[in-house]
Amino acid sequence: MGNTINLKIFRLDPENARHEPYYQTYTVKTKPGMTVLEALFNVLDEQDGTLSFRYSCRWAICGSCAMTLNGKCRLACKTQISEYRGTLTIEPLPGLDIIKDLVVDLEPFFNNYRKIKPYLVPEGMPDKENIQMQEDVDLIEPHIKCILCAVCETSCPISWTSREKYIGPMALTKVYRFNRDTRDAGGKERLEVVRGEDGVWRCRTIFRCTEYCPKNIPITEAIQFLKRKSVFK
Amino acid sequence: MQPVFHPVLVIGGGLAGLRAAIEAKKYCDVAVLSMVYPVRSHSCAAQGGVNAPLGNVPEGRDDTWEKHAYDTVKGSDFLADQDAVEILTKEASERVYEMEHWGTPFSRTPEGRIAQRPFGGAGFPRTCYAEDTTGHALLHTMNEQSVKNNIRVYPERFVLSLVVRNRRAVGAIAWNMQTGKLEAYAAHSIVLATGGAGRIYSKTTNSLIMSGSGMFLAFRAGVALKDMEFMQFHPTTLYRTNILLTEGSRGEGGYLINSRGERFMERYAPSMMELAPRDIVARSIITEIKEGRGINNGYVYLDLRHLGEKMIDERLPGVRELCLNFIGLDPVKEPIPVQPAQHYTMGGIDCNVNGETEIAGLYAVGECSCVSVHGANRLGGNSLLETLVFGKCVGESASDFAVREQGSGENKIDRVILDAIEQEYKKTNEKMKGREGAEKPASIRRDLGQLMVKKAGIFRQEDLLREAIDGVSELSLRFKNVHVSSGTVYNLDLLHAFELEAMLSLAEVIAKGAFLRKESRGSHYRTDYPERDDANFLKHTIARYTPDGIKIEYRDVMISKFKPEKRVY
Repeated sequence: MGNTINLKIFRLDPENARHEPYYQTYTVKTKPGMTVLEALFNVLDEQDGTLSFRYSCRWAICGSCAMTLNGKCRLACKTQISEYRGTLTIEPLPGLDIIKDLVVDLEPFFNNYRKIKPYLVPEGMPDKENIQMQEDVDLIEPHIKCILCAVCETSCPISWTSREKYIGPMALTKVYRFNRDTRDAGGKERLEVVRGEDGVWRCRTIFRCTEYCPKNIPITEAIQFLKRKSVFK
Repeated sequence: MQPVFHPVLVIGGGLAGLRAAIEAKKYCDVAVLSMVYPVRSHSCAAQGGVNAPLGNVPEGRDDTWEKHAYDTVKGSDFLADQDAVEILTKEASERVYEMEHWGTPFSRTPEGRIAQRPFGGAGFPRTCYAEDTTGHALLHTMNEQSVKNNIRVYPERFVLSLVVRNRRAVGAIAWNMQTGKLEAYAAHSIVLATGGAGRIYSKTTNSLIMSGSGMFLAFRAGVALKDMEFMQFHPTTLYRTNILLTEGSRGEGGYLINSRGERFMERYAPSMMELAPRDIVARSIITEIKEGRGINNGYVYLDLRHLGEKMIDERLPGVRELCLNFIGLDPVKEPIPVQPAQHYTMGGIDCNVNGETEIAGLYAVGECSCVSVHGANRLGGNSLLETLVFGKCVGESASDFAVREQGSGENKIDRVILDAIEQEYKKTNEKMKGREGAEKPASIRRDLGQLMVKKAGIFRQEDLLREAIDGVSELSLRFKNVHVSSGTVYNLDLLHAFELEAMLSLAEVIAKGAFLRKESRGSHYRTDYPERDDANFLKHTIARYTPDGIKIEYRDVMISKFKPEKRVY
């Protein structure tokens, strides 16, 4: 006999006249190595074709399947079912509008991204590549691993309460990534965007972004760096 | 219904699609329709790197584009078109430098140049990399450039049909998964950049979204598919989940080991060993397993232990992370269980080096296309390169076409075109309804995947391929009785039914092409015809959809510098 787990899943269907959220519980037979994403597919494929969630790569590189697992924002594909016993509650990412079930509206998240010139502003245009030392790449190495999964922003209590204002940890991490890139000349402009009260200063060093980041990016540290930069010349 | 008009419409937001859009934007307005947010595209899953003869490391100093071209053609088992390969390799360095200028965080040599590693089938260390997540690094850079260039992206739109009038592409009908509504788009030119069809195989490294839906769109619109029987199987994927472990792990010196502890590649490719091309290494692994030298009858080991912790963390940190996360094993201390799995669709939409298809205004680029630069077997590091080089070419030619069509600069759409779009819209709307049936899309999809692995996989023969063809038609019958939940907002059941329709159609093309190709070439290995047969099959397979079934013809390969020779490694 194999083991089972109960998945208590948040449901909301905008096409249903009632249009009220509810929870639905499904029992899934578990297998060694099974991820939460695989368990969701088991529900979709075998039990209930009306369930909606996002997915793509299944190995934590595309950033699609972030959701709330027993209260924590995590990637479903990177989380083993064996971490849980009994019932696992699965909800959409908090603080964003819900499109259907576990699918949330990411436009506010991507808007924050677009605000900070999220691209390299080149200093010059050499014939071949820019010379950059590996030590310099290493400075931004954790930050270039960002997969835009929105876990940092949806784990941050400040983002929940100041959605319209706070630019959020992802955008700040991007500022850090470009501003510390030795090939970049756009640092000043980016810092202008984030140096005010809706930028770096809205971060209260709660560290949840850093704790939950599935790519282990030291986000809070990056924000503190930007705070220093926005004060000292 | 009022269609949204953009002179150039790109379908697909991966590397090829975004690169095409960025190029087109230099000349006219452009928009991208993507079934996911662009950074979720399968391009981000590429690991090992992108090829260019930069000569940045001592062993690569003598590398040239000609040598890169030769390796590519030999790797393709001489099925690649050599005019296309010439463009690919001549422009490689410029395109890689461009990505560096745009911000890609490449790993570096001690001199601060772009680092390069050896890769399968390559005579020199030519593969430029960003650790072992190069696709992710490139895709994010490309996405950043699309923001910089104000490219309009419509995310989570799944295109259900192309509007073609008098053999001229004029629009597309897309399902907005977020609102559930159908949307109509009008365009002067349309670029398909929708990726491969790997999910037709149950064992694949491909992202779950890789159904080949764009190939199906073109096929049904009357464009031929080329060389679809050539499916690449990657030698080293994690046992069970088939998550990719980069060829870079062998490039950096990893060994392949059987149950007796032998480096068995010595038997199959004594000079290149683990770095023989993928088709050869994949077949060698399966042979070892079949002959009883596999482990648990299902896998062999990829051994990285002798590289040491420091090198693994510097060059292959992603491989270590994957192993720790997905099988709870540390490659610093233990060998990794690996098995071959489908990895890349060499075939695709028949097009020329400008991406032009036989329908005016319709273009194809990237994995969904077949130019052909990969022929019967793609070299690792050449697919990322293809997206960059041909993304630019195709963006240019699609915008050229659009600008010419625009003529006086008026953006008015002809009444007849509007009518055609409206008609297609109505027709497509019929498909959006739920269906009562006894078959779940998932069970047909699973059976299809297993059928293709068993009957049209790494080793093929006539009777198995016959069973594949029959099996696909049985599954197509079952599909007529498919159950689809109702609702249109983010309805995955509906999405999977659309994808399955495409996969069944493409699977038939793959199996028929493989059945008729009575030779072995590159990834297509026939145990009943184990030799390459240039007299009869140095030709592209051209498959066309007709109401009476698939019609298959052949077309000569474009050969210039490199005459076919025996392929030994």
